[in-house]
Amino acid sequence: MRVIEITGLKHTYKGHEGDTVALAGVDLSIEAGEFVAIIGRNGSGKSTLAKHINAILLPTEGRVVVMSMDTQDPKQLWRIRQAVGMVFQNPDNQIVATVIDEDVAFGPENLGVPTAEIAARVDAALRQVDMLPYRRHAPHLLSGGQKQRVAIAGVLAMQPKLLVLDEATAMLDPVGRAEVIDTILTLNRTADLTAVLITHHMDEAVLAHRVIVMDEGRIVTSGTPAQVFSQPELLESLGLDVPVAAKLAKELLRSGLPMPEGILTATQLVKALCLLT
Amino acid sequence: MMQNVTLGQYLPGNSVVHRLDPRTKLMLAFAYIIVLFAVTNGLAYSVLALASLAVIGLSRIPIKMVLRGLRPILMILSLTVVLHVFTSREGTLLLGFWFVRIYSGGVQQGLLLAFRLVLLVMSTSILTLTTSPIALTDAIELVLRPLKRFGVPAHELAMMMTIALRFIPTLLEEAEKIMKAQLARGADFESGGLLKRARSLLPLLIPLFISAFRRADELAMAMEARCYRGGEGRTKYKVLMYSRLDVYAALCFALISGLALAVSFSL
Amino acid sequence: MSIDVKNASYTYSPDTPFERQALRSVNLSIGGGELVGIIGQTGSGKSTLVQMLNGLLKPTAGTVTVCGITTTAKGVKLRPLRQAVGLVFQFAEHQLFAETVAQDIAFGPLNLGVAPSEIAARVDDALLNVGLPLEIKERSPFELSGGQMRRVAIAGVLAMRPQVLILDEPTAGLDPKGRDEILARIRTLHRERGITVILVTHSMEDVARLVNRLVVMHEGGILHDGPPSEVFCQWESLSRIGLGVPQATDVLRRLRLEGWNVPAVALTVAEARQAIVAAWRERGGQD
Repeated sequence: MRVIEITGLKHTYKGHEGDTVALAGVDLSIEAGEFVAIIGRNGSGKSTLAKHINAILLPTEGRVVVMSMDTQDPKQLWRIRQAVGMVFQNPDNQIVATVIDEDVAFGPENLGVPTAEIAARVDAALRQVDMLPYRRHAPHLLSGGQKQRVAIAGVLAMQPKLLVLDEATAMLDPVGRAEVIDTILTLNRTADLTAVLITHHMDEAVLAHRVIVMDEGRIVTSGTPAQVFSQPELLESLGLDVPVAAKLAKELLRSGLPMPEGILTATQLVKALCLLT
Repeated sequence: MMQNVTLGQYLPGNSVVHRLDPRTKLMLAFAYIIVLFAVTNGLAYSVLALASLAVIGLSRIPIKMVLRGLRPILMILSLTVVLHVFTSREGTLLLGFWFVRIYSGGVQQGLLLAFRLVLLVMSTSILTLTTSPIALTDAIELVLRPLKRFGVPAHELAMMMTIALRFIPTLLEEAEKIMKAQLARGADFESGGLLKRARSLLPLLIPLFISAFRRADELAMAMEARCYRGGEGRTKYKVLMYSRLDVYAALCFALISGLALAVSFSL
Repeated sequence: MSIDVKNASYTYSPDTPFERQALRSVNLSIGGGELVGIIGQTGSGKSTLVQMLNGLLKPTAGTVTVCGITTTAKGVKLRPLRQAVGLVFQFAEHQLFAETVAQDIAFGPLNLGVAPSEIAARVDDALLNVGLPLEIKERSPFELSGGQMRRVAIAGVLAMRPQVLILDEPTAGLDPKGRDEILARIRTLHRERGITVILVTHSMEDVARLVNRLVVMHEGGILHDGPPSEVFCQWESLSRIGLGVPQATDVLRRLRLEGWNVPAVALTVAEARQAIVAAWRERGGQD
């Protein structure tokens, strides 16, 4: 089932110094259960694209259809936002309440979920992100990774079908990033949640089913991580990194070693090398 | 530094006072103040004072915490007494030298007014010491709700208060960071006259304000992404419920204020 | 212009329930002109340590002497230290406040009492050093992109002409291109100005290519201190404290476990490639 269907999407920001074209024509569809990573440098349009998925932004041209609902239909707005849970970049600027469990309850409260059910949802959500012991803590005492997990819980309590993470790991330290990515992977695999990860960390993108590369408001290329990262020159020309193992594999190939395609991690690289001799 | 700032002096506890519904505490504190201003003689004030002391005892809050709340008004207290002592002309003359005339009426008035101020501040201290800021916010929202038909935005006020409380420690932390960054650039927040020191705060205040606005923007977007659209149709996670304790408290209060008013109007 | 940290400890909120010892008896000496990386997880004490180097924090035990000034000495004047040691905080763009870029960059020098005639030159100089065009001078800093704002903040510290430049996570939140640009600037600055540069970071990959000395911190103490090639040999110790090694080194390490004759450390992909090709040929590999 298609959860997201984007056709001919264009978005232009109107500024006082002139217009900026953030999206110049994007076609994209995402199936249920997929884990998609969207990568691109700053200004490539990836964040703008993300904000169209839950109708924070509306298309200047083209259509965005989420679970068969058109984002430009004002009557569907709140249903779309319940189905699409979004986690943003700044861990602090998403938490509204003074206590963790009350913040996770914020979404269900907004949806008018009956009081008796809210508590169950809050507990379940906190358990899914492994933050249940912190339910009565104050947010400012948590680490960045913990805050982002609380933000994810806040979204999960609304029982969405799709999770969009808009550079949600950009401000975190390596430990925090690992916590968040592990959580997403688990949710995608066990809770069947479709996940869209906007990032510029390649070590996160390699974990996805599909990687989409953007530049200057367009999709430049897409495919499995193995496919995308086997083009290091292209990615570097777009201001992006390539996982070291992939780059090394390419260079070894160029030096004459018969390296197989699709190497992304150190483990794969070492295994391939050992098989050579 | 900012790790565990207890906001609004709240001291967690499990006494009967703590366990009262925050609405009860809020309304009784308000009613207490009204009675305080309705009565006019020392005996009535004493009745009310005894009631306050009883509540403090029941709440198991150390008396020095309550007294600490009086520190900010010490100046006003002294001024009130002094003003009345030196300007009143009622009662009998107690002391006279130069142009100074101290009358018994002035002394009586000054002390009574000071007494009233102390009781006023103490009652609000007891409220904030035994009720968490969140509970207070919830109480305020519910108590103001009936006034919505008169245009009072009860839910919005409560939401604003909650968000403000949530961000105070975060903003304090950020202020500390910005201050350090500017100190590292040679800023001097300490020397110079009042004007110079005020101006030296700009490199601290401007980034803080800009950051606060940016936060507000991002927070609003995040709230909307979680389907926030104002107070209509919202349900509550934690619902406040009255208990027997609240009924007892209300009855006790009725008795005490009845007694105080009776004493006041019979004399 | 040397830095001498002797048995320095730092405790936050002493004698309260929130007491926390951030640094335990740390010893560190850094000479003029070095390019040092300080790496460690959040909570390892690295930020506390660098804030002691310009006197923002004073050690609760031990001494810190920078450019001849001991911060805990009686009646010490810390102002010269603020000039000698430039500290750029994480997300430095958050400290911008002035109406124009030029004014913001001039803030530091003005506070130091630099003559107005010289300030303009310093502002221009600083902008060039961070790779921003001079036309940006009269614009509001808040109109710029995040990466540009960060560079303006760094320029503001550079304009004070410090002899020691400390950057706390200068690449935090930047995309790969932005990160590469800032690191390249830092390398150029170090080379051209000959100042001591201290880079505080989480990222092994960042330091691998840049610094010539690596200090690894853990739970308030220094675990390793030496050239990257030596430090990266300590793979077990590093992984135990939650840090890794650069991926190129990791590949070589695993190959060695499989019996390959490769060096223990590679700081760049090119180095790794060379080593692997050589070892492969040795094992009878044919093109």
